[in-house]
Amino acid sequence: MKKLSARRRHPLAAVVVLLLALAATGGLYAAFAPAGKAQADDTSQSLTIKEGKKLYEVGCASCHGTGGQGSSDGPSLVGVGAAAVDFQVGTGRMPASTSQMAQIPSKKVVYTQDQIDQLAAYVASLGAGPSVPTKEQYGPDGADIAKGGELFRTNCAQCHNFTGKGGALTKGKYAPSLEGVAPKHIYEAMQTGPQNMPSFPDTTMSEKNKKDIIAYLNAVDGSKTENPGGLELGGLGPVSEGLFAWIFGLGALIAIAVWVAARTAKAKKS
Amino acid sequence: MSSQDIPEENLPAEQSAGHDKHAHGAVSVADEENPFADPGLPPHEHRIQDVDERAAKRSERVVALLFTVSMLATIAFIVAYVVIPNDKSIFVFPIGHISAMNFALGLTLGTALFCIGAGAVHWARTLMSDVEVADDRHPIEASPELRAKVHADFREGAEESAIGRRKLIRNTMFGALALVPLSGVMLLGGLGPAPGTKLRHTMWAKGKRLVNMNTNQPLRPEDVAVGSLTFAMPDGLAEHDENFQDEIAKAALMIVRLQPGNIKDKRELDWSHEGIVAFSKICTHVGCPISLYEQQTHHVLCPCHQSTFDLSDGARVIFGPAGHALPQLRIGVDDEGYLQALGDFEEPVGPAFWERG
Amino acid sequence: MSTAPNQEPRSRGKAPAGERIADWADGRLGIYSLAKANMRKIFPDHWSFMLGEVCLYSFIIIILTGVYLTLFFHPSMNEVEYHGSYIPLQGQLMSEAFNSTLHISFDVRGGLLVRQIHHWAALIFLAGMFVHMMRVFFTGAFRKPREINWLFGFLLFVLGMFTGFTGYSLPDDLLSGTGVRFTEGAILSIPIVGTYISMFLFGGEFPGHDFVARFYSIHILLLPGIMLGLVVGHLILVFYHKHTQFAGPGKTNKNVVGMPLLPVYMAKAGGFFFLVFGAIAAIAAIAQINPIWAMGPYRPDQVSTGAQPDWYMGFAEGLVRYMPGWEINFWGHTLVLGVFIPLVLFGLVLAAIAVYPFIESWVTGDKSEHHILDRPRNAPTRTAFGVAWVTVYMIGLVGGGNDLIATHFHLSINAVTWFVRIFFFAGPVIAFIATKRICLGLQRRDRDKVLHGRETGIIKRLPHGEFIEVHEPLSQEQLHTLTAHHQYEPAAIGPVVDENGVERKVKASEKLRAKLSNAYYGEDNQIPKPTVDEYKEITSGHGHH
Repeated sequence: MKKLSARRRHPLAAVVVLLLALAATGGLYAAFAPAGKAQADDTSQSLTIKEGKKLYEVGCASCHGTGGQGSSDGPSLVGVGAAAVDFQVGTGRMPASTSQMAQIPSKKVVYTQDQIDQLAAYVASLGAGPSVPTKEQYGPDGADIAKGGELFRTNCAQCHNFTGKGGALTKGKYAPSLEGVAPKHIYEAMQTGPQNMPSFPDTTMSEKNKKDIIAYLNAVDGSKTENPGGLELGGLGPVSEGLFAWIFGLGALIAIAVWVAARTAKAKKS
Repeated sequence: MSSQDIPEENLPAEQSAGHDKHAHGAVSVADEENPFADPGLPPHEHRIQDVDERAAKRSERVVALLFTVSMLATIAFIVAYVVIPNDKSIFVFPIGHISAMNFALGLTLGTALFCIGAGAVHWARTLMSDVEVADDRHPIEASPELRAKVHADFREGAEESAIGRRKLIRNTMFGALALVPLSGVMLLGGLGPAPGTKLRHTMWAKGKRLVNMNTNQPLRPEDVAVGSLTFAMPDGLAEHDENFQDEIAKAALMIVRLQPGNIKDKRELDWSHEGIVAFSKICTHVGCPISLYEQQTHHVLCPCHQSTFDLSDGARVIFGPAGHALPQLRIGVDDEGYLQALGDFEEPVGPAFWERG
Repeated sequence: MSTAPNQEPRSRGKAPAGERIADWADGRLGIYSLAKANMRKIFPDHWSFMLGEVCLYSFIIIILTGVYLTLFFHPSMNEVEYHGSYIPLQGQLMSEAFNSTLHISFDVRGGLLVRQIHHWAALIFLAGMFVHMMRVFFTGAFRKPREINWLFGFLLFVLGMFTGFTGYSLPDDLLSGTGVRFTEGAILSIPIVGTYISMFLFGGEFPGHDFVARFYSIHILLLPGIMLGLVVGHLILVFYHKHTQFAGPGKTNKNVVGMPLLPVYMAKAGGFFFLVFGAIAAIAAIAQINPIWAMGPYRPDQVSTGAQPDWYMGFAEGLVRYMPGWEINFWGHTLVLGVFIPLVLFGLVLAAIAVYPFIESWVTGDKSEHHILDRPRNAPTRTAFGVAWVTVYMIGLVGGGNDLIATHFHLSINAVTWFVRIFFFAGPVIAFIATKRICLGLQRRDRDKVLHGRETGIIKRLPHGEFIEVHEPLSQEQLHTLTAHHQYEPAAIGPVVDENGVERKVKASEKLRAKLSNAYYGEDNQIPKPTVDEYKEITSGHGHH
């Protein structure tokens, strides 16, 4: 028991408690939940917010303030909308272990999607903001891939590279690689502008624009993307190509030259 | 040009390494006088293939095999060229999804070429004579006699031309030869126009609306949220225009909105509209479209050479090789509520140049 | 050529066809006297002597594939709408140059392969030239009579850089266009004439409608034409001077030891061409290079992060990246030092290595021919200078890739830039001192080896209990090889008073030369090689431990 109380202040303690609590609530909920939940939208909505508030108070309030008003350790969440929560928590950036680093990286996601939805609902209730996009909005149907490419090169490539491989920003910050990021999260990032990324709200970048960009990214940086010429070499351009030419190109040719110029094995002297 | 033109009786050049004995080919025994002396070429040692006919046969078969593989690879190349559809994609571990055509053609061509080379080299290494031979060098410099002869010939020729005596001819000839390339230089004048004031002006002018590059719609102040990033071009410019590239190369605009209280520079605040500021997107260093905007720090970084500008402080340079701040465009709102320019940039956009001042 | 018309008519019909063709050609071209001098020409065997061949062969490969590409490429900047087979660009506006490059990549059978061979071969060509040049430098192969060939090679390297750069710019994609924009900015920084050169190069304002066509004729005609001439000259001089060789038994300054051109080198060098071509074709089959479709067509208002030139321009890119942004305004003019200084430095750094042979020959005052190569350790100051130069070059490359270094090693880009700024100055100094010390250490080791023999690693116990390591004396071959190099005496200023007792004016250049010479060959700057007497004294006693 002593051991346990000694770990009470461990940074992960909150998460552990949270998970236990969640498992308990989840189990109880599963056991007692009414079968039909289509009815009573309002009540389920407010229930969700209530659950979200609980989660928030355990996992988020220490930095973002009990009412989401923000503190020196975290920005205000009033008006950021559900999309911001879904992105930040859904990519594992939140909860962050510290705010003292140049940039908060994406990590393993600690909440389930249901919990994220509850959190999002709670934060959305604090002030109006972008809501979580629907599949309709970020799905590939009706998207113009080529237009998306042009938009990507105008708005995104300067930080995230031609095909979304990421790049450097000032003082240790960076634009992350977009490889394998869910379309929904890409949409949310454009909408909400997480951390130092500027936002691209619907007023300046329409829903259709965003859809096009996502479709383009999927075409050039998806798991099925073809690199007709062969190894992509990280998609980083001339630096990795130059390294490859030196190490494997010239390196191989020098190895061959050594063979060509080497002495042939001599017969043993009798 | 080839070495047989050099007379054999040339004096050898002064040798710097005094102890170098001119001994080649000969195998000398250990030198008691000078243990560092050149013992001469070591005796030739036979290769396995020189003494063992079976090994030589093996080498022969390897060479022939390599040449045969090359032939087969060329046939495979032809087959691949004819058979494989150009747009066929295959998955090759660990390379990924690649063009079947490129992969097949490259590998067969590579194999065909490589095997010819490997066969030839293996042949040379194992079956051709490997006796090292010494070849004499001849000094590059001509003998004194030859040198004297050439000089004399030249003087004779020069004298016959009388170029030294008839100075008028010589001088006018040099003059003519010196001037005639100028015609060529003049012809290069057609390469381009004089700079004039082209680098000083852009398409922006008073009353030109700011058109969103994403939607091609004019922007309203309420469209631009704090923390967002928008790119704009002047109204009346379209992608299909003949001079679109030249104009956008100067007129491209980057629009962000700051809390007016965060703007430190007074002129920036004056030229903004409700915290909306419009800066040239063209880096003042060497002209890359700078736009790596960090909305929390208000810094904007150039991806090419990492010049960093502070958009909350008149876009002054805070890091990197750029020499001056990004030019700001003065903006306001027109009668219909759209953002508009209140004139052209007051200074040239893009990289600095001599006449910029 | 000495092709006198009085050749005896040979009996016809009997000789084999090949011989008859050769006779026919000889009667018109004098090939036999050429062949006499060259057919059995001797080439020494050493892998590092084949680096030049790597360059020659990749150059040939580039020409072959380049000619093929010109059959499909349209050097035009007219804007067209794309309707080829690459979906993510359908309907996009692009220049015809970009459009035709996409056509080569996706619609010409084998076009992508040829493009990739062309580009990979170009990167390898430049890398090969760099390494070849360093081989020549560190072995002192540039000394008389080869200084002009050194300059030829240097020019080839510089022209190769610009040929590569103009070629990289031709597809008019977003990456290369950014590079061209950078070129324009750099040209604008040139005082007084910068704006004019820029207007003349681009036919007006950037990007205009001309630069692809202009770069095209520079890339496929002007520069490669000059390079071809230089390559031929370079090769003729290699044949004429005959190849250098490392010191060794039987190898003197007056001979060249190796295998004859026919047949061994014909097979080895000819075979090596196919090996190089085959290897590059295989690389082009498995590794993608310059995927312009992923970069999109050039637009002056678009950009991607990680915008770098091909590696051979990376050094210039680095100089530009870590230069502080200095700009001076005076009398209505702007001096753009932040860009112009790197531009000048780029030329100066390259010139430094180009003129080095002339500086060294001035310092040594040596007028004799050198055909035996130096081991780098036996020329410590030269080697140290070379390593310092390479360090400056490599720091430039690191600076040119500072953003990727920052992201891949989780560093701050500002920190990387500052590191590079400091090491641009400190790096070469550290490299110079460290290299010189290492060289001197190796010289000392050679000296010990000659005088005391090779350490065998066998420990012997002497009767009185002392343990010693058995040293095995070197063979005469080894002794010769380790002592064959020439060591210069530092040049003295000479008598300050002439024969009449009048004080002579010592020129500043003379003083400088003496100083440099002392830095090269003075005490502590080279280890005296063992003399025969020293050797005999030690070996005769034989009581050494």
